[in-house]
Amino acid sequence: MDSGLTDTRTAVEAASSGQTARITATLIRVTGDWSLAEDCVQDAFAKALVDWPEHGIPRNPGAWLTTVARNRAIDRMRSAASEKRAVGELAIIAQLESLEERGGIDPGAEDDRLRLIFTCCHPALPLDARVALTLRTVAGLTTGEIARAFLVSEATMSKRLVRARAKIRDAGIPYRVPPPELRAERTSGVLAVLYLMFNEGYSATGGESLIRESLALEAIRLNRLLVSLLAGSPQEPEAAGLLALMLFHHARRNTRTDDAGDLVTLEEQDRGLWDHAEIAEAVALLAAAERLGISRRSRPGSYRVQAAIAACHMTARTPGSTDFARVALLYDSLAQIAPSPVVELNRAVAVAMSQGPEAGLDLIEQLDQSRSLEGYYLLPAAKADLLRRLGRRSEARDEYQRACELAPSEAERRYLGRRLAETSSASSSLSEPKRNSRTPAIKEKK
Amino acid sequence: MEYMLFICSDPAAPEYVAAEDNIEEWVAEMESRGVSRHGDRLRPVEDATTVTVRASEVVVSDGPFAETKEWIAGYDIIACADLDEAIEVASKHPMARFGKIEIRPVWPLGL
Repeated sequence: MDSGLTDTRTAVEAASSGQTARITATLIRVTGDWSLAEDCVQDAFAKALVDWPEHGIPRNPGAWLTTVARNRAIDRMRSAASEKRAVGELAIIAQLESLEERGGIDPGAEDDRLRLIFTCCHPALPLDARVALTLRTVAGLTTGEIARAFLVSEATMSKRLVRARAKIRDAGIPYRVPPPELRAERTSGVLAVLYLMFNEGYSATGGESLIRESLALEAIRLNRLLVSLLAGSPQEPEAAGLLALMLFHHARRNTRTDDAGDLVTLEEQDRGLWDHAEIAEAVALLAAAERLGISRRSRPGSYRVQAAIAACHMTARTPGSTDFARVALLYDSLAQIAPSPVVELNRAVAVAMSQGPEAGLDLIEQLDQSRSLEGYYLLPAAKADLLRRLGRRSEARDEYQRACELAPSEAERRYLGRRLAETSSASSSLSEPKRNSRTPAIKEKK
Repeated sequence: MEYMLFICSDPAAPEYVAAEDNIEEWVAEMESRGVSRHGDRLRPVEDATTVTVRASEVVVSDGPFAETKEWIAGYDIIACADLDEAIEVASKHPMARFGKIEIRPVWPLGL
């Protein structure tokens, strides 16, 4: 590929990630037709790929793309309108024709994008459709790309999108930023969609990993957009908290598995390979979110607390210097905001790290007896680690065995098998296991 | 837009407390807002009759067409700006607390 063509591709891709939501959102507002808007925007990008190498990249790519997409919409509505002689459609065409072209940005464009995000994430749509529609309409991914990311056929994904757009139209889901009384609830719905999208990409073990990794990046990009669109609102701190949380996770992306594809726990990861620019950004975001939260009297939600926990781990120079007392306190507040036995388990591990293994083991025993985490392999795994630290090796072996049987994937079974082998060999030679003898396995928990 | 609210029983819902049933308030608010078109209670499923015509023969059977633990206890036709308003209207109905409410958009035949 010659460099001119590469430049054009890069320019089109940059415009795509920056402009898709803006142009689509505006076309939807004016036409009310989601698939028409998406198709016309896609056509505009296709035309750019042909036109720009020949005539050069326009000075204002956004304005160029808006004009092409708008003209395409006018053409399509004209031919449909002449068939049906629909008066309403003629009015829409007139509105399209008068669309402000200055800088490619419609005066209402900022609001339009927020409107678009909230509508895509409306709770009346099925969750998988919310994620797909956000990726299609806001992020501008093609149906094929989304289908590959979710390991379904393109036909299945296409049907899911068609059904979602039909429900927006037929059930009367409003295309708007929700009014203040709904804003908090709906924003947390949007954040949940973004975090699901991120995890779908980030914790991917199967599938086309590159495509799935781009999901994590899209989620981060959309979250950045959301934070900027929510600037000044009471929801801004929590949106920024989620962005910080995503960045903390993402900063570790290259250290989570070894060359053989086996899991590497947080304390065994090479901290020098973490993305320190991302960590610094996340720390700054979180600090700003906390300041904002105090000044707006908005109490931290679960994302801000989870980000604060991640910050304790990610800013410690070594695993041993982690402020586990603070981690335990943060899990306490998380348990109050979003109670769950998994949070309790993580709290128990943090207590073990700050107050000693017995204290942690007591808490885990209680959880084990409550059976609220029955079948969850991380409970026996954490218990085994603490038993091993206390020198109770045969009990530790039993728990590793139990964890192995419950482990959901081959990578996890291999990891636990290694621990089991270390515990067994250590028990015969009475020596400490080679690696990671002081700290139990705190598996990444999102 | 017009929506129909199916007011349903729900075995998993908290027990009905007559003192907390503010249906009169709900009806008054929805009528004053111009939301309410029509609505009422329905007799229990024991009083249901199901009719089918097969090969020109009318078959009448006792009971509801589907045996479920949840059954429709009432209905309301409401006119709202959009689904968000319909959700708000449904969420204020006492049976949203003691049962559940399904919102379905009316699909005019256009005859």
